[in-house]
Amino acid sequence: MVSCKTIVAHLSEYVDGDATIEMRQKIERHLRGCRRCSAVYDSTRKMLVITGDERIFEVPTGFSERLHGFLNEVISNSEAH
Amino acid sequence: MEQKVSAERSSEPLLIQRILAGDRNLFHDLIRPYERGAFLTAYSILRNQDDAEETVQQAVVKIFSHLAELSERDKFKQWAMRVVENEAKMYRRKRRQHLYESIDQNSTETSEDKPFYPKQFADWRDLPSDVVEQKEVREAVAKAVADLPDIYRAVFVLRDMQHLDVAETAEALGLGESAVKTRLHRARLMMRESLTPLFAKPKVSIWERWKGSNPWLAAKR
Repeated sequence: MVSCKTIVAHLSEYVDGDATIEMRQKIERHLRGCRRCSAVYDSTRKMLVITGDERIFEVPTGFSERLHGFLNEVISNSEAH
Repeated sequence: MEQKVSAERSSEPLLIQRILAGDRNLFHDLIRPYERGAFLTAYSILRNQDDAEETVQQAVVKIFSHLAELSERDKFKQWAMRVVENEAKMYRRKRRQHLYESIDQNSTETSEDKPFYPKQFADWRDLPSDVVEQKEVREAVAKAVADLPDIYRAVFVLRDMQHLDVAETAEALGLGESAVKTRLHRARLMMRESLTPLFAKPKVSIWERWKGSNPWLAAKR
């Protein structure tokens, strides 16, 4: 059986679907028999769902309006020159 | 959804051409899809909303005034993100925040040569999709991201939070693709590690476990 270290080292590849078929099979076989590695795999996936969700992160209220208001000034100043 | 995004992206070189030809108000449309990501990048470096907002404004002025210098117009996103990243780092240097972070950044824990191995193996509980709207969760994620050493944070924010692909992330940060993959992997393991205490399944007490495995008590339920 492949070591836990090897599995962890290839976890991102596996999560992204970039692992070779051979590695994928090794990882899947290992995960079925290893509680620790399957916890790491499962929590990594959950972490990625959370951090990849747009809602996890709020921009300050009025941020966009202020940015575009500021840009209006910059643009009209650049036209004056 | 993907189609819409790619249609927007493919029209960017045209948009840039029109802006440079004099239709300057179109710059609003060019920057709009990236303003949120720009704020996220700046905030993850500066850890302060006002500083991040100011940085984004300064970066956007730079993007506007240097637009003509962008030679590969189909790579606007990568270029714009690089400008924001650099602007935020410059702002941080000015504010001397780095003095407080140098210890963290140089520790052996963050060295790229030494592989990072998980220390926590607790199962995570199932998380409902609206968990991302909880204040406690948002704050914990923001802190975990901000606590990542710079080289890992930059890759993680672009790749896993803003969903740039590996090649785009590499271009935005001036890195090779293999460096992006290695750093991303490390960043993910570190993120998982720092968020595990918050999301771990609550431990079942010995009494609960005993009750669950006791056939006599189970029969009575």
